[in-house]
Amino acid sequence: MEQSMKPDGMEPRTSSLLDWFTSTIGRILISLFVPFVTFIVLWQGFLFLRDSEAPKLVIALVAIVWGVGGVAILYVVSNWLIEQLPSQWVRRLQPFVFVGPAVAILAWYLAIPTIRTFWISLFNADSSQFVGIQNYLDIFTKRFMIEAFRNNLLWMVIGTSFSVSLGLLIAVLADRSKFESIGKSLIFLPMAISFVGAGIIWNFIYEVRQAGDPQIGLLNAIWVGLGGQPQAWTALLQPWNNLFLILIMVWLQTGYGMVLFSAAIKGIPGELLEAARVDGANEIQIFFKIMIPYIMGTIITVSTTMVIFTLKIFDVVLVMTGGQFGTEVIATQFYRQYFSNRNFGLGSAIAVVLLIAVIPVMVYNLRQFSKQETF
Amino acid sequence: MDKKIGSAKRQSRIRDFIVNGALLLICLIWTIPTLGLLVSSFRSRDDIATSGWWTIFPHREWVMTEKIVPPPADQQDRDQPMTFAGVTGTFEELREGVEQDGKRVVWIGNKRLGTVEVQEYKWITNANFTLENYENVLSGKRYQIVQGDGSVKEEQGDDLSGAFLNSLTVTIPATVIPILIAAFAAYGFAWMKFPGRKILFTLVVALLVVPLQIALVPILRDYVKLDLNGTFLAIWLAHTGFGLPLATYLLYNYISSLPRDILESAFIDGASHFTIFHSLILPLSVPALASFAIFQFLWVWNDYLVALIFVGSKPNVQVLTMRLADMVGSRGADWHLLTAGAFVSMILPLTVFFSLQRYFVRGMMAGSVKG
Repeated sequence: MEQSMKPDGMEPRTSSLLDWFTSTIGRILISLFVPFVTFIVLWQGFLFLRDSEAPKLVIALVAIVWGVGGVAILYVVSNWLIEQLPSQWVRRLQPFVFVGPAVAILAWYLAIPTIRTFWISLFNADSSQFVGIQNYLDIFTKRFMIEAFRNNLLWMVIGTSFSVSLGLLIAVLADRSKFESIGKSLIFLPMAISFVGAGIIWNFIYEVRQAGDPQIGLLNAIWVGLGGQPQAWTALLQPWNNLFLILIMVWLQTGYGMVLFSAAIKGIPGELLEAARVDGANEIQIFFKIMIPYIMGTIITVSTTMVIFTLKIFDVVLVMTGGQFGTEVIATQFYRQYFSNRNFGLGSAIAVVLLIAVIPVMVYNLRQFSKQETF
Repeated sequence: MDKKIGSAKRQSRIRDFIVNGALLLICLIWTIPTLGLLVSSFRSRDDIATSGWWTIFPHREWVMTEKIVPPPADQQDRDQPMTFAGVTGTFEELREGVEQDGKRVVWIGNKRLGTVEVQEYKWITNANFTLENYENVLSGKRYQIVQGDGSVKEEQGDDLSGAFLNSLTVTIPATVIPILIAAFAAYGFAWMKFPGRKILFTLVVALLVVPLQIALVPILRDYVKLDLNGTFLAIWLAHTGFGLPLATYLLYNYISSLPRDILESAFIDGASHFTIFHSLILPLSVPALASFAIFQFLWVWNDYLVALIFVGSKPNVQVLTMRLADMVGSRGADWHLLTAGAFVSMILPLTVFFSLQRYFVRGMMAGSVKG
């Protein structure tokens, strides 16, 4: 995408030197005055929001207007400033008004922190002493970390395979059903629910009462109805209690794969399926020999997304068990080491390990991007 | 030939039946958890604690029809079989319950001071609904509850209405700001020429999958230095930073595919980049903006980690997910409050989701995968 069209020199040429002089001075004064006023207004807004005792509703409204309006004004003002300059400077600087803020924020919030976190990870718990790769050695030898890795592996393998295969199954079923859209909506619905909310939903399903009392948790009610003893599902039989947490993620995320698979299946040419049927292939053969290979790209995309998602799984574990009963995962260990144990070195090292784990996907994305000839 | 067509028809009817049946079963399993939560949030504290939510549906259960106080222990030999309401049994049998002629007689309590219940197996529903749970979790005021033994206990409301407002105050700017910044950047990358353009966009692509955990520690240090921690600005900026790679990438894909002719004719008419951006490109990009907006909205509204770290313990900025997670810790057994609270947190995302599902799906197709 290149572009060369530009608005050219729009300032009128003034004949008198004096006129030119005063207008330049005026322009400089205004150019200083406008940003100054903007800054004062925004700063006052910030102070008001930080210190005010006004009713909550007022603060909420002011905050929303201030935040959204503030960003818009900053763009308008900085663009206006640039446009005061001679046109070749406008051409040179305007891109930075457009792209600059995004790049600055990306640098501050993601790019530079990567290096800073890596640097902190080379120091001890309170960042006072350089320890080299000691934190990384700890990560791969300490028992609690091994447990977190094991659990994350369970999440990645079981969570991903279940949500991908269930999503695929539902997509195929829905594709042949009259109730496609309502069915898909219902499966998709949990995606709008937070992990904290889902944690409450499922904690309620797993609720356990003493034997003999009426069970108010659905799972134990069924289990006792079948003749079993009431179980504390998320606390028993480690590491398999993790499965009851993974189930929550499957419930939430299956809709994602389903939607993508559903679209991919609709993209399979009808003649291909028809030809296979004429040749006498049954539905199962069609599914494995034609559909699966045809939508393999989508399956890989969805699986990758799920693996990255489960790698960073956090909220659900914290809400359901708080990491007890052997359910700790990498991201909860990161939180525990950094924020509970104040071990900045180890916490940062865990974050770096998370980053390293997604590097293959990053490399793949970059290669795909550099293949695009348009850029 | 006719026979063959008939059997093919029957076969396809069986297939339809299996497909629809399986789909119905899966949908049912998928919906029951949410349904249970919704139903429970309207049931009273005592009902939830003593019976499953599914008992609101008609079901058969032993219901007490008569209570008999047996004659005092010195007038009745309780080691011998006894007869109540025409049913005879030893104490041990009565303890288990003796069934006869469609009724059941049960001894309640111990041998010396027990009573006897006559029960019938009846169709009943437990459908008593109340809005009390919602009133109690939404308000921040103290309220009183009468406990089972008649004593009165005072409880602090959970002030979820305040947390709801905070969630809105966090979510709206944290959705609009990244979109605005990303739209400007996407336009810049798509239609302007400047040095470093390719490198900078490569950076955007590289950052797409970076886990945000990597940034929490350094950013928190910056916030502490700048005294920004616990302010709305801090959390808006954090969500902006973490949502920006995806926003820029998606909007770039969309904006760069807009037809060149529109822009060129605007330039010939003497419009500036800024004018073209806000009066031409933004309106044309509404579908892409909406897709990303829904994603970011749901993501910020449902976020727990970022709020936990950058809002911390400041109560006047706490968002819904944090209040709820606190309630899980402090009121783990108060299901009447937890279910109502969870539903309060779900109502807005579910509404947004259902009204804008089309855009949501479109955004997902465009590869909305967040790092």
